Amino acid sequence: MSAVTKEIEAGGSLRTVHESSLATLRRGMALSPEFVRGLGVTLLFALGATAGRLVVPIAVQQVLDRGLGGPGGTDLGFIRAAVLYCAVAVLATALCAYLMNVRLYRSAEGGLATLRTKAFRHVHDLSVLTQNTERRGALVSRVTTDVDQISQFMQWGGLLLLVNTGQLLVTTVLMAVYSWQLTLLVWACFIPLAFALRMFQRWLSAAYTRIRERIGELLGAVSEAVVGAAVVRAYGVEDRTAARVDGAIEAHRDAQTRAQRLVALTFSTTEIVAALATSAAIAAGVFLGIGGEISPGRLVAFLFLVTLFISPLQTATEVLNEAQNAIAGWRRVLGVLDTPPDVSDPGPEGVTLDRGPVAFRFEDVGFAYPGSEKVLIGVTEEVPAGRRIAVVGETGSGKTTFAKLLTRLMDPTEGKVFVNGVDLRDVAFASLRERIVMVPQEGYLFDGSLADNVRFGKPDATAAAIRLAMTELGLVDWLESLPHGLDTPVGQRGESLSAGERQLVALVRAYVGDPDLLVLDEATSAVDPATEVRLQRALEGLTRGRTSVAIAHRLSTAEAADEVIVFDEGRVVQRGSHRELVGEPGRYAELHASWVAQQRV
Amino acid sequence: MATRVTSDILRRGLRQLRDAIREQPRIFSLAVVASAVYGTMTVGSAWVLGRVTEEVVLPALRDGRTTTAALVAAAAAIVAVAVLKSVGVIGRRYWAGVMQYRLQASYRRRVTRQYLRLPLAWHHRHPTGQLLSNANADVEAMWGPIAPLPMAMGVVVMLVVAGMAMIFTDIWMALVGFTVFPAIALINFVYQRRLSPRATRAQRLRAEVSEVAHESFDGAMVVKTLGREAAETERFAESAGRLRDANVSVGRVRGLFDPVLEALPNLGVLLVLLIGSTRIEAGSMNPGELVQTAYLFTLLAFPIRALGWVLGELPRSVVGGDRVHAVLRASGSTAYGDAALGGVGGVHLTARDLRFSYEDAYTEGGHRAGDSDLADDDERAVLPGTTVLHGVDLDVPPGRVVAVVGPTGSGKSTLMDLLVRLVDPDSGSVTLDGVDLRAMGRGEVPAIAALVHQQAFIFDDSVRENVALGRGLSDAQVWEALEVAQADEFVRALPGGLDTQLGERGTSLSGGQRQRIALARAIARRPRLLILDDATSAVDPQVEARILGKLMDAGLPSTVLVVAYRMATIAMADEVVYLDRGRIQDRGTHRRLLERSDGYRKLVTAYERAQSEREALEDLEDADGATDTAPDDEEAVA
Repeated sequence: MSAVTKEIEAGGSLRTVHESSLATLRRGMALSPEFVRGLGVTLLFALGATAGRLVVPIAVQQVLDRGLGGPGGTDLGFIRAAVLYCAVAVLATALCAYLMNVRLYRSAEGGLATLRTKAFRHVHDLSVLTQNTERRGALVSRVTTDVDQISQFMQWGGLLLLVNTGQLLVTTVLMAVYSWQLTLLVWACFIPLAFALRMFQRWLSAAYTRIRERIGELLGAVSEAVVGAAVVRAYGVEDRTAARVDGAIEAHRDAQTRAQRLVALTFSTTEIVAALATSAAIAAGVFLGIGGEISPGRLVAFLFLVTLFISPLQTATEVLNEAQNAIAGWRRVLGVLDTPPDVSDPGPEGVTLDRGPVAFRFEDVGFAYPGSEKVLIGVTEEVPAGRRIAVVGETGSGKTTFAKLLTRLMDPTEGKVFVNGVDLRDVAFASLRERIVMVPQEGYLFDGSLADNVRFGKPDATAAAIRLAMTELGLVDWLESLPHGLDTPVGQRGESLSAGERQLVALVRAYVGDPDLLVLDEATSAVDPATEVRLQRALEGLTRGRTSVAIAHRLSTAEAADEVIVFDEGRVVQRGSHRELVGEPGRYAELHASWVAQQRV
Repeated sequence: MATRVTSDILRRGLRQLRDAIREQPRIFSLAVVASAVYGTMTVGSAWVLGRVTEEVVLPALRDGRTTTAALVAAAAAIVAVAVLKSVGVIGRRYWAGVMQYRLQASYRRRVTRQYLRLPLAWHHRHPTGQLLSNANADVEAMWGPIAPLPMAMGVVVMLVVAGMAMIFTDIWMALVGFTVFPAIALINFVYQRRLSPRATRAQRLRAEVSEVAHESFDGAMVVKTLGREAAETERFAESAGRLRDANVSVGRVRGLFDPVLEALPNLGVLLVLLIGSTRIEAGSMNPGELVQTAYLFTLLAFPIRALGWVLGELPRSVVGGDRVHAVLRASGSTAYGDAALGGVGGVHLTARDLRFSYEDAYTEGGHRAGDSDLADDDERAVLPGTTVLHGVDLDVPPGRVVAVVGPTGSGKSTLMDLLVRLVDPDSGSVTLDGVDLRAMGRGEVPAIAALVHQQAFIFDDSVRENVALGRGLSDAQVWEALEVAQADEFVRALPGGLDTQLGERGTSLSGGQRQRIALARAIARRPRLLILDDATSAVDPQVEARILGKLMDAGLPSTVLVVAYRMATIAMADEVVYLDRGRIQDRGTHRRLLERSDGYRKLVTAYERAQSEREALEDLEDADGATDTAPDDEEAVA
């Protein structure tokens, strides 16, 4: 089984946060100071905006009871004054609401941008090991959709939640002022509804989860028709692919329809309960009114208040759903931030390496992926400065792990690695990454021009410097064959170039940085033999005076190196020059014989 | 200028809605009828409340008595109207949803059918992400306005009924209504018009943030090894900052208009109270009617916004629709003939004067041509291309094994794609047993030929299906193919054997394992022409040797073309074709080519020469005896 699979099975993945929603909220808030700054003032405006919603029922009551039904008949003067005051109150409310909105949006979005960036940085700070246990898409979600979910909630649901809760409270207070008996009655109708809504919300949440899963499957199916376009055509399986896409589309539509049915039902239930509450309030109100306990105006205003009371409940399921999603998203983001970077930068206290060739030493180093058997066992090797080393062995023998430990992409689970006599863990990252550079097999390129990608290794490299580096590496012919030279766009992930060409760019990128220890992990595996040999020659010249470690299954690399280290099943089994090793019976001689057999006719 | 664009969008958006109604007339009618019921009943509930106030509540409180019958009637009326309204709401929401989902599903099907139908060259011109978003987000945006559309129509009914009710109540009340409601509708229209470009921008920036994160995390290893975390974080923070500003700008518009839209009906109610009181004083209205009108204002304030929602969704819908239609209109389908090729055993392959140029996927400024996705890309001027094949001739007799050798970027992969008609040549032709590929019926070429690429594509499916691809092979046949591809051993070790799910949601395989599964897929079809395009590059040399051995032993009755660098592979071929810079420079046996072709010799003996040169050098050094100490000197310096 591949190393990747092993890592996934072994876990060691991102932390999962188990805590109450409130605790998540508190911790989330604390992480981004923007959230809390000025929150008191905002809440004050919120209070104003909410209380203002009572203006209309109060106006209706006042006009009916005192304006029209007062002891002296209709009092138009009073009505005019009341309407004027109320109009001012309505405008003041709108102003409060505006200020509250803008303040909330600004602090929420500011806080979320900070959270996003923190999480992004943290993902990069996690070790390769942790990064590889998560699907790339999942990591991306932590800084995109998860945060977007919180943002959407803040823009709509969170605002409603705040205002609606306030509205329920102030409406209840005013209702109680008008008639406590009717208030109890209304609450009696709504308490069962609240439970029902909670239930609906659970169903709805499940229905939405289902939709999201179906969307994932739908995208997967569509991407087969897009990403797999060549294979689909080469094998003539268009119909089969179409059938799979259709299946996914139908399943998605089905899930959407189910969810919609629930939404419609929820909305109507609230509507009917509201009508029941209204009619009950009218019936009871009339009896109370006959008994002189409530005035006509108050009773009518009460009916307005019932409408105000239910409107928050009509959106409650959606709001709660959003809240739940937002909290879940927040938890996932916090989960990233809670995951300790197991390979951490010693920071400013760290040692800065001097310029010049690097010597390194492995001292009884072992490594095991979490929960798996050791892939590297008791490696003790010393490499003097300026030596060119080739590392060989079969797939899975521990070569790449060796390279990752040497470049501190991972830390050994046993033993220590030293560079120039300093424990690798004590070297500041800024110095480490500048002096020790690894070129991985997958020459990942960023969308941009060839020059942009080279500058990734040295931001201030001029075009002339890049051209010079390519000349030194013997790549000028290739550069000139490109339609736009250094400005040639490489496409997303470098897809406009062939795998071999991507490796060439990656090599130049590492080379312009002028590192003192260059680690090549099968960095030229996809280029043609003539180019590889040419590159190797160039590197031989260029790595003279610096230390280099090359991992390769093409043994031509080993032939060219000063020394070869042979790995087998996680151990170093042989070390020496090619000439010494090829002559003595052992793993190297076997590998070499097989390689030669491959090359000779 | 801006207004012209808007009116254009309005026109196109409405045309799109008209098409939607034409496609789903029955469901749409049901939704509109239900919505009309909802609209009427909303006005009805205000009317009932007014009547109940006037005829039951106020008399009872005035006279100090009432009857059970009156109360029951009042309650029954309120509940009955609410039930009818609910039925309307359920119908409206449900059918609006059904209509929207059906349209989305139907357009997603159409778009993916196009993806499957259009030639591979078309795919090469469009970035993957864009095509996925055409089928997903763009289709969704295209039919966004369908959800609120029936509600908007119901609101129109609601307004007409409410207008009549107010006219019947009192002309002055009607005047207030006719001032306030159009004002709400108008302000909401302005609101949506100002919001929608900001929302679209925020949407675009969200996609941008996601792209940056995707790219950065995909290249995490490079970021780490080159110590670029801080620079990447800065790049991301910039993008996140732009999104934040866009979201705040959306929020500012919302924050302004929402309170205004809420205040407006409230001011309307106050106006109703003011004017209504005067009218009651004048005796032309009763308090019940006043309550009814005031209540109507509070009820109508919210739904009336639906008109604005539809309008607000239109720009997004038009943009989405344009992108979707660009895909649906894309021409350049692969034309098939009706020739069928029966027969067994290796096929006779010929190619005559094949020429091929790639259209540059990029324009001069480094912008991707696909960015101008609003334009129908088939109308786009053909960009200057890079010619990769300059007249290639090939003749491979049945059952022959031919190695295709050439340096990186010489056009090998393009040639292989042309040979199985993944792409058509600009000129020239390919024939199988004398039949031109273009004359063959759909599915005929894949039935005969199998091409395995270097980049193995794994379907999100079981191992069995990844090999069989719907051909209904027996397990024994699948195992047999896996065995030839040297994949049987690791598949047996997988938790579910042949049923193990691979791909996105399944077990992840190493590069070499993926290649072997892809190889098994080709072998299982027992093709008459097998093309391996560097298909075992990620496999250990020892394993590759076993695969090639098995392949020959299996006695597959096929013609084989293999792109390779490794000598052992080349040695197995009956003949070698040496390709360089898009031309066949030479062909013949390996031995012959070694003798007469410089380029070929340099390419395939690169390792050998490097080795012998080095040996010669070392012998020289040994003879010299002095240079051996050189490394030790350096050591001493360090």
